[in-house]
Amino acid sequence: MPVRDLSARPEMPKQNPGERSRNFDEVALGLAEEIAKAEAARCLQCKTRPCVAGCPVEVPIPEFLALAAEGRFIEASLKIKEKNSLPAVCGRVCPQETQCESVCTLGKKFKPVAIGYMERFVSDYERAHSKQEVEKRTADGAPKVAVVGSGPSGLTCAADLALMGYQVDIYESLHETGGVLRYGIPEFRLPKKIVDKEVAYVKQLGVRIVTNAVIGMSIGLEELLGKEGYSAVFIGTGAGLPYFLGIPGENLNGVYSANEFLTRVNLMKAYKFPCYGTPVRIGRRVCVVGAGNVAMDSARTALRLGAKDVQIVYRRSRQEMPARVEEIENAEEEGVKLNLLTNPLAIVGDEQGIVKKMVCQRMELGEPDASGRRRPVPVEGSEFEIEADTVVVAIGQGPNPVLTRNTKDLGLNKRGYIEIKDEFGATSMPGVFAGGDIVTGAATVIAAMGAGKQAARGIDQYIKSRS
Amino acid sequence: MHRIIAKKLLAPSVYMFVLEAPLVAKAAKPGNFVMVRTDEKGERIPLTIVEHDEKLGTITIVVQEIGASTMRLCEYEEGALLADVLGPCGKPTKIEKVGTVLAVAGGIGIAPLIPQIKEHMRVGNKVVTILGARTEDLYVLRDTASMISSEMILCTDDGSCGFHGFVTQALEEYIKSGKPADEVVAIGPVRMMKACADVTRKYDVKTTVSLNATMLDGTGMCGCCRVTVAGETKFSCVDGPEFDAHEVDFDELIKRQTFFREEERLALEKHRSGEGCKCR
Repeated sequence: MPVRDLSARPEMPKQNPGERSRNFDEVALGLAEEIAKAEAARCLQCKTRPCVAGCPVEVPIPEFLALAAEGRFIEASLKIKEKNSLPAVCGRVCPQETQCESVCTLGKKFKPVAIGYMERFVSDYERAHSKQEVEKRTADGAPKVAVVGSGPSGLTCAADLALMGYQVDIYESLHETGGVLRYGIPEFRLPKKIVDKEVAYVKQLGVRIVTNAVIGMSIGLEELLGKEGYSAVFIGTGAGLPYFLGIPGENLNGVYSANEFLTRVNLMKAYKFPCYGTPVRIGRRVCVVGAGNVAMDSARTALRLGAKDVQIVYRRSRQEMPARVEEIENAEEEGVKLNLLTNPLAIVGDEQGIVKKMVCQRMELGEPDASGRRRPVPVEGSEFEIEADTVVVAIGQGPNPVLTRNTKDLGLNKRGYIEIKDEFGATSMPGVFAGGDIVTGAATVIAAMGAGKQAARGIDQYIKSRS
Repeated sequence: MHRIIAKKLLAPSVYMFVLEAPLVAKAAKPGNFVMVRTDEKGERIPLTIVEHDEKLGTITIVVQEIGASTMRLCEYEEGALLADVLGPCGKPTKIEKVGTVLAVAGGIGIAPLIPQIKEHMRVGNKVVTILGARTEDLYVLRDTASMISSEMILCTDDGSCGFHGFVTQALEEYIKSGKPADEVVAIGPVRMMKACADVTRKYDVKTTVSLNATMLDGTGMCGCCRVTVAGETKFSCVDGPEFDAHEVDFDELIKRQTFFREEERLALEKHRSGEGCKCR
């Protein structure tokens, strides 16, 4: 038994800011083996296990930490995989500070166990060292389930159903799997090699993935349940429709939605242009509008593409920024500037239609609004200009209408998201379940995974009740 | 992977491909397009579905070599495999029985018009196809178009065949002649579509154009293909690609199409030099 120092939570080693802001390599480097072992031993193994309840996919946290504390890292990783098929992803992108770690018993007196770092460590260790073959669970002749979308909710739902023995086919509209893990979150936060490996694991469980298939266009939802012979369908199509600001000049050259900008760079590897065929144009001065994780990702990507000056433009104050604190700090360390309490009014271009500057006004915070955040109010006469040659709009996403528009029987709410009837994601169409951002609007990877897990349970119950 | 079943040269640097794409072939309708990526390093480019055969599971596309990606695609031969073909994308064309439809095509714009001409004929419309080319040798799919249309008006910029002048001039003469013209569909370069819209606006003839905005995913998730239509921002890939020509902000579209000109030049240079990949 190693000596336990309950107060010492390790720091994550990172590439230094000066260097990393010029490359796309992963910023966080992962814990060393001895440190990971000691950190796992810090878990009190408390009876109440609040951390497990704090995890949307119910990872058996004390169990995997106990194995890790003994140096049994591969077993620890497999323990997680009983509940979570994407541990290397979750260990990197989950906001643990508001989930499992926020309720860790040790956190009351000391700092919480670094559950996220540990999840990442053991899954990385397993990937590097385990040669164990994954056993395919699905059986021929078992009921078929179709999953629409290969993002975090779809992958989780598919993997859980495969573990229950169902035959699962995922339909993905892009040419690559992973949804936002592939096109949205940049390489320096989530290397695509890791996404590949985790998707490969889901495939090894017996899940089949069909890319380049837009459900609602290539195949209708009704067809999946009819001619195609699926007993149930899970819809995890996400919230991929970018919102724009609706201000003058938004269609000028040099204005991107964050989705476009990040898809060019992450999915199409435009940072390797012209070796890769997709271009991305970035100027010297870049304004990113918005302050969520997508905005931070866009700003940090712009720096890495060579922009000299990158600013976040946000109408509220630092306190209201929706991005993870860690990501804001990373961005600032790398040189991203925050232009807070600033609201864009118009984008102005030159004769060729290229962005030249953004007209903004200063804001002050008023009373809290419906979202509970203090409402920004314009300061009269405070208009000013920011020079910019690129603007990235990262103010959020809505539901993509392609599937819902072509499926008349699917009940939607006023904002165009799919309405669900229970905690298992049942929709107005029998046998059709939904979860993740297409139900809730843009949220987190882990929330989408939790919804995928719940829907797998709902689908299992639904199919059993009918046979 | 999608096998190339057939490849045919239609005009200098214009090729027709028949591709294996059963999912697309099953669901394609006139007006739909596909997103094609040749290989792992390729970009995604939109191409209209000219024909589809559900039984054979094939679709036909027409490609003109204008940049690195289209040149790369046109180097693929019969039997080769393309990495990705996604579709059908976009809203199908709204085709109703209206009487006489003028189908105006500039250059390879005739390829995406063919499924629409067929459908207009099928529902009982008379279709007068106005087909333009710089010179007689450069017509694309002239025989096919003439076989399926009620009437053909050929135009060449240099007068080597048919009407001497642009398709827009032929279009204006036709409308001015007082013969029935209930609807116009125009597909070709943006400047040509804009000029058509300017003509038909004068005579108040309903006109539809198929916009060729730059696209990335083709499924509505990025807004790269956004255009202003009747003062509102629309995404060509999911709200179009067809719009009322009299409501489109063509000048904005023309500017947006030039955004990556420098990068396109670089990519072409690299493609022509035949240099391999230097990145890691």
